[in-house]
Amino acid sequence: MGIMRPSMFASRLAWLALALACGFAAPALAARTFVDDAGRKVELPDRVERVFAAGPPASVLVFALAPGKLLGWTRAFHEDEAQWIARKYADLPELGRLTGRGNTASVETVLEAKPDLIVDVGSTSRTFASLADRVEAQTGIPYVLLDGHLDTTPAQIEKMAAVLGVAERGRELAGYSERIIDNLRAKIATVPRDERPTVYYARGPQGLVTGLGGSINVEMIELLGAVNVAGATRGGLANVGLEQVVLWDPQVIVTNDPNFYREVWTLPAWNSVAAVRTKRVYLSPHLPFGWFDYPPGANRLIGLEWLAGILYPRLFHFDLRREVAEFYRRFYHREPTAAQVAQLLAEPGVAPP
Amino acid sequence: MILARQRFGLWLVAACAALALLVLWSLGAGPFPVGLADVLRSLWSSLTHAPSRLPANVDAVVLQVRAPRIGAALAVGAALSGAGAAYQSLFKNPLVSPDILGVTAGCALGAGVAVLLSLPIGAIQALAFAGGLLAVGLVVLIGSWVGGRDPLLTLVLTGIVVGSLFGAGIALVKYVADPYNELPAITFWLLGSFSGVLPADLASALVPLVAGLVPLALLRWRIDALSLSEDEARSLGLPVGVLRLAVIVCATLSTAGSVALAGTIGWVGLVIPHAARLLAGAAFARVLPLSVVLGAAFMLVVDTICRTAFSIEVPPGVATAFVGTPVFIALLALSFRGSA
Repeated sequence: MGIMRPSMFASRLAWLALALACGFAAPALAARTFVDDAGRKVELPDRVERVFAAGPPASVLVFALAPGKLLGWTRAFHEDEAQWIARKYADLPELGRLTGRGNTASVETVLEAKPDLIVDVGSTSRTFASLADRVEAQTGIPYVLLDGHLDTTPAQIEKMAAVLGVAERGRELAGYSERIIDNLRAKIATVPRDERPTVYYARGPQGLVTGLGGSINVEMIELLGAVNVAGATRGGLANVGLEQVVLWDPQVIVTNDPNFYREVWTLPAWNSVAAVRTKRVYLSPHLPFGWFDYPPGANRLIGLEWLAGILYPRLFHFDLRREVAEFYRRFYHREPTAAQVAQLLAEPGVAPP
Repeated sequence: MILARQRFGLWLVAACAALALLVLWSLGAGPFPVGLADVLRSLWSSLTHAPSRLPANVDAVVLQVRAPRIGAALAVGAALSGAGAAYQSLFKNPLVSPDILGVTAGCALGAGVAVLLSLPIGAIQALAFAGGLLAVGLVVLIGSWVGGRDPLLTLVLTGIVVGSLFGAGIALVKYVADPYNELPAITFWLLGSFSGVLPADLASALVPLVAGLVPLALLRWRIDALSLSEDEARSLGLPVGVLRLAVIVCATLSTAGSVALAGTIGWVGLVIPHAARLLAGAAFARVLPLSVVLGAAFMLVVDTICRTAFSIEVPPGVATAFVGTPVFIALLALSFRGSA
């Protein structure tokens, strides 16, 4: 570290004084500099033991890599979710979200949790970079922002592991993730373009909100080389007309709304869509974290294998029971019982009928 | 006033004929390639229960998607405009819109809570409707309890306060909603859309819409007299209090039904009655029918643009403002600049 300018030194001093006055231990002076995915230089403490995850994708990743370092969740678990992870982790406190579309954690909550580090995984746009800068300035706690795109998941895992000081564990999970993605991509590359299924992602209780091309919500469809019928328009989430869906006539529909999944079979208008006629409408599992779309984190990896089997039934024959057990053991630290997995996979809409 | 008073009936018939033409145009328009002839054949066969011999998806597009959607746009446009016209007469204030007593905020809160509870779409609509009734019910109760020298002013003030209370409730619901799933669902619902209207939705929404509009039409002469001063109205022997309550109940039923069906759509209920007044003068007995026809036509045009302009939907709340503002300014210019 170079010589500080006097004003900077003064401000550091002020922070230090404030920190001491507030009664929490001042973090050790930065031992290493990390350049995060927004290009921000973050001075990391020697040892990172207490981590505040700013949003759900970050909490999933920290939990997977170093559950003992995670200070809390962005929201408390529901009982059905809590059954999939060890009680001591499920019972971690609800701290709220720090960034993103709804900011529910106050800076005081953050300070009270006494983290060594704040991490966020998701968008690295200037908005989020400046949010990170502001929180860092306000709290004096280093704030690392990592890119959350699905295809960079292995790199995300390694970077987060380096930040947390668990590089070994990072290599294991990153390697595992890379094998999943590479295997899927290699096989799908052999499928000619015109044999790839067209997919519509139905969100919301009416199933008429969808993810446009390039949106974080449909990354799985795009990574699996399938055709998102709404992909011609670039953007985020959008409302579409039922007539447009009938015109698109997708071969597969994926949804995460159980109400829509129940009703789609009973509605005559939807019945003229190929996916409904051929019974290829699927409801993504959501325990303990979603398999499709949200939270947009590493939890989607297991969803990739699930969706690949749905989109390319002749290409992939995963034994999902085994895959789920392995993924959950590696990422969520507890192998689910055979009964749990069977129940998860037996829910309506999960497995091909 | 642009339309001559003596020939108002004739003008109204002409407006209805124009509306019928608009419906035909809208039936033939849409991303799915199905011409007007096939549309009519499909409609006819559904009325006569004869097979249409059209591909199944054409029948589905016409009968399950386009027809209910057009019906919904007509009904919502008519209901919001009718409610707006009634409120503007009742409150003797041209700046009043159907949500002055908080009905829209109440509906929005009901829908937001329903989304938060992950309820199916039918329950979301029902809770939205109930929320609207609850908000206005509260306003009327508080208003009559508070009383005051000017009961209308008390009502409006209470409406604004209760409306903003429900608005705060919506903000709270959005705040605690899951940002990945529930929050977008609430936002999209509040933006409003006709895109998901199914025949069953339309049928159940028509009940409150008709129940609201028909009494307004029957009471149109008496409501006309409400725009006199209170003393004058009483001297004519009008039961002012009862009449006011009737107008509020009717307008609330219409508006809550509309919002439950298609989300919050502003502008129409405020501006269409003005357009009707510019065309036909201030008498409510003429403003109401003209508002209803104009509102239905306007909403239909706007929604047809919403569903055909791009492959994704344009929110009707956005489109109403973009389409309506220039039309309304033109109308203003036509009636004022000429007469100056």
